[in-house]
Amino acid sequence: MHSVSRRRFLKISAASVIGGSLAGHALSASVGGAATRPTGEVSRIPTFCDVCFWKCGAIAHVQDGKLWKIEGNPDDPLSNGRLCPRGTGGIGAVTDPDRLRTPLLRVSERGEEKWKAVTWDEALDFIAAKMERIRREHGAESMAFFTHGIGGTFLKNLMKAYGTPNVAAPSFAQCRGPRDVGFRLTFGDDVGSPERTDIANTDCLVLIGSHLGENMHNTQVQEFAEAVGRGARIIVVDPRFSVAASKAHHYLPIRPGTDTALLLAWMNVIVSEGLHDRAYVEKHGHGFDAFAAALAPYTPEWAFPETGIDPETIRLTAREMARCKPATLVHPGRHANWYGNDAQRSRAIALLNALLGSWGRKGGFYIPSSMEVPAYPVPKYPKPARAKLDNPGNKFPFAHETITTGIREATLSGKPYPIKGWMVYATNLFNALPNEEETKRAIQQLDLLVVVDVVPSEIAAWADVVLPESIYLERYDELNPEFFRDPFIALRQPVVESPDDQKPNWWIAKRLAEKLGLQAFFPWKDIEEYLDTRLRGAGLSLAELKRKGIVRGPRQPLYFEEGAPAEFETPSRKIEFYSNQLAQAGFDPVPRYTPPEPGPAGSFRLLFGRAPMHTFGRTQTNRLLSDLMRENAVWLNAVAARRLGLKTGDYVRLRNQDGVLSDRIRVKATQRIHPECVFVVHGFGHTARGLRHTYRKGASDAGLITRYKTDPLMGGTGMNVNFVTLEPATEA
Amino acid sequence: MSRYIMVIDTRRCVGCMDCVVACKTENRIPEGYTRDWITETVRGEFPSLSMEIRSERCNHCEKPPCVGCCPTGASHIHDRGGVVLVTKEKCIGCKACIASCPYDARYVHPEGHVDKCTFCLHRVERGELPACVSVCPTHCMHFGDADDPHSEVSRLLASRKGHTLMPEAGTGPRIHFLT
Repeated sequence: MHSVSRRRFLKISAASVIGGSLAGHALSASVGGAATRPTGEVSRIPTFCDVCFWKCGAIAHVQDGKLWKIEGNPDDPLSNGRLCPRGTGGIGAVTDPDRLRTPLLRVSERGEEKWKAVTWDEALDFIAAKMERIRREHGAESMAFFTHGIGGTFLKNLMKAYGTPNVAAPSFAQCRGPRDVGFRLTFGDDVGSPERTDIANTDCLVLIGSHLGENMHNTQVQEFAEAVGRGARIIVVDPRFSVAASKAHHYLPIRPGTDTALLLAWMNVIVSEGLHDRAYVEKHGHGFDAFAAALAPYTPEWAFPETGIDPETIRLTAREMARCKPATLVHPGRHANWYGNDAQRSRAIALLNALLGSWGRKGGFYIPSSMEVPAYPVPKYPKPARAKLDNPGNKFPFAHETITTGIREATLSGKPYPIKGWMVYATNLFNALPNEEETKRAIQQLDLLVVVDVVPSEIAAWADVVLPESIYLERYDELNPEFFRDPFIALRQPVVESPDDQKPNWWIAKRLAEKLGLQAFFPWKDIEEYLDTRLRGAGLSLAELKRKGIVRGPRQPLYFEEGAPAEFETPSRKIEFYSNQLAQAGFDPVPRYTPPEPGPAGSFRLLFGRAPMHTFGRTQTNRLLSDLMRENAVWLNAVAARRLGLKTGDYVRLRNQDGVLSDRIRVKATQRIHPECVFVVHGFGHTARGLRHTYRKGASDAGLITRYKTDPLMGGTGMNVNFVTLEPATEA
Repeated sequence: MSRYIMVIDTRRCVGCMDCVVACKTENRIPEGYTRDWITETVRGEFPSLSMEIRSERCNHCEKPPCVGCCPTGASHIHDRGGVVLVTKEKCIGCKACIASCPYDARYVHPEGHVDKCTFCLHRVERGELPACVSVCPTHCMHFGDADDPHSEVSRLLASRKGHTLMPEAGTGPRIHFLT
């Protein structure tokens, strides 16, 4: 029997893109057989997903008091009734044997993961006493808060009530920040999340490094499949033959790090051949002539040796984009912190879209809207005595959100004032921020590190106090009045009870506020009263939302031609082809190309990305999802693999330019990647022992990202600047 | 009579494995096992490549060798749609069916019987689609009656090019992949 099961494992793993064998994985025989189908009544409870940040509407099916399955909510315009694999597998988070169960207090050195289980009162009293002391000795600004996702709302409010401005999310400086800055500088607005990309109606979709299909943002993938199905032109630029590339009419196997050269050459072709949307540019554009002049040197022949893309392909694809304009969408991407020049690269993407007239146009970028839900009335938050310290002297003049790594730097230096406490909600900083050692050194400066999480992550391992949060299927959260094509309000509500002593974040925030004497900022009796009050302000009620999960508002005009306002909140109130504000701040007013710095001879540039069944490093212990992908593999060009004597399935370790050695990882020798780079799926190689199921399975890209290049415009950390060699590994 | 088939559009499929996890939750498949899986076929050399992504499972063959070789009659063809099923109470776990299946579509359940895709007959009987089909975010999977010339699957097969897996095995596989 065992050998047959083993055969199943090998089949799945060998078959899957992402590789990583499941063989040797201990079998659980405790779950009931397929034919023993329970017959009890099924209740269907609407809520919204939290396995990633897309927030798809879902319907949980509960049978005999047990969570059975989750499906998409057909009324929800994000999921359209169909969740992604992570959403479908979300119930595995509830039954995850590795999840946190009770508050924990550290009893040895930080990082040693030795704990004492304590009551909530003990844990919160400990935190409140430390926070009081930090406020007394250093000031409230000396507490920092790191957060990710809608669940952090109430703790963020608590930090504002406490009086600190130092609140940051890695989603800016480690993810979409450069993109948002590049688009703001050009159009005066960013693309938001969910992105305002009109893939559903595009005639030509251009993906630059965006691996839709592997990057599983549900609505985008649904619309992408739809676009492929109806024959929209697809152009994919990627050093890796991604899933999206396999759907493309044109696959451009670019040399890593040279995207800006390609973008400039594309714009050169469009402008020099007069293929841009002249009326649109004339009406909405600022500084076009200076921009056009600056493009002159960037011919396809110039770009060829940089990018490896032949001039004819550059011309052909540029003309194809122009032919489909304005229904051409050059996708802005999402994780954009690659090489440290990322805001300018993103601005080049924005400018290419501007030339094609796609902003505010059908098949390009629509204008989203949202429904108004009044806030619950609370007292005015105190004004912090000192300004936030992530960006001293406004060194990064175009950072419009707080820079996580700036807070880390200030924690290390104690300047301009000391940071003595971190509270971390639902973000594993060791996975999210580059250079783990800097994070460790910063933590050693702290008097208090509190981590609120659902699993014992690496950052939890370094905490003084760990607070176990209820899984999203066990709690209420803040309402989601989404900015989207179709405006709607969605409710997250509990569908099952927490199995142990986990608590929802609203409860944690309110209780801690009481202990800090800040209860006035949480004047509501409980979360239901809070939500109902807000919803009644919008003419709705909690009862209605509990029943429906989602209430949709009327669609507003989406495109300029439908009457959507053509407003650009730039200094010129126009689309800025030439940026005076960049010039004034000492930056290139039109993007320029800087070649990426090469790595040591014989090394490969380390690239990382997503797999569709995992979110960051937070789903690897979810048994339903880990069954789909247990370990990551290192993608290595098949020719390079042959040269190195490596074949698919071999275990290796990756050593980076600074001598850091990874955990062992299997090789995926494949034709699907450029010989200059290797690729791994992010989120594996966990080193926290509490994550028993995934402990040291695969390699951590984050551990190998010891170097980063900071974006001078906005402080983002470009992370694709590390190089590795491969060493055979036999022992675990 | 009806003859259930699946038609899967490989151009739309992104291989996300939602079909796999939906099957696991719908049918309560134990950890470590699965009734469906994703296969990728890559052709060519970098950068001139093509790739077909397929969601695969039991082919519910017209002439299923697993039924013919079953010593107890546990493996059988169901009246409805010609779906190939296993009656777990009759299965003695001898694995003859596993050896005979050209698609490696069966496994031994930890409870000792053989298990495989049922086309979610329990759902189909209620007028629902198989779980894998109903969740697919790319709408690449279609299920229906090949004997009904007006069904979506019949129309898709008539209008698009496609293939089955290992037709040379002569078992008459009923999962069709559009290319």
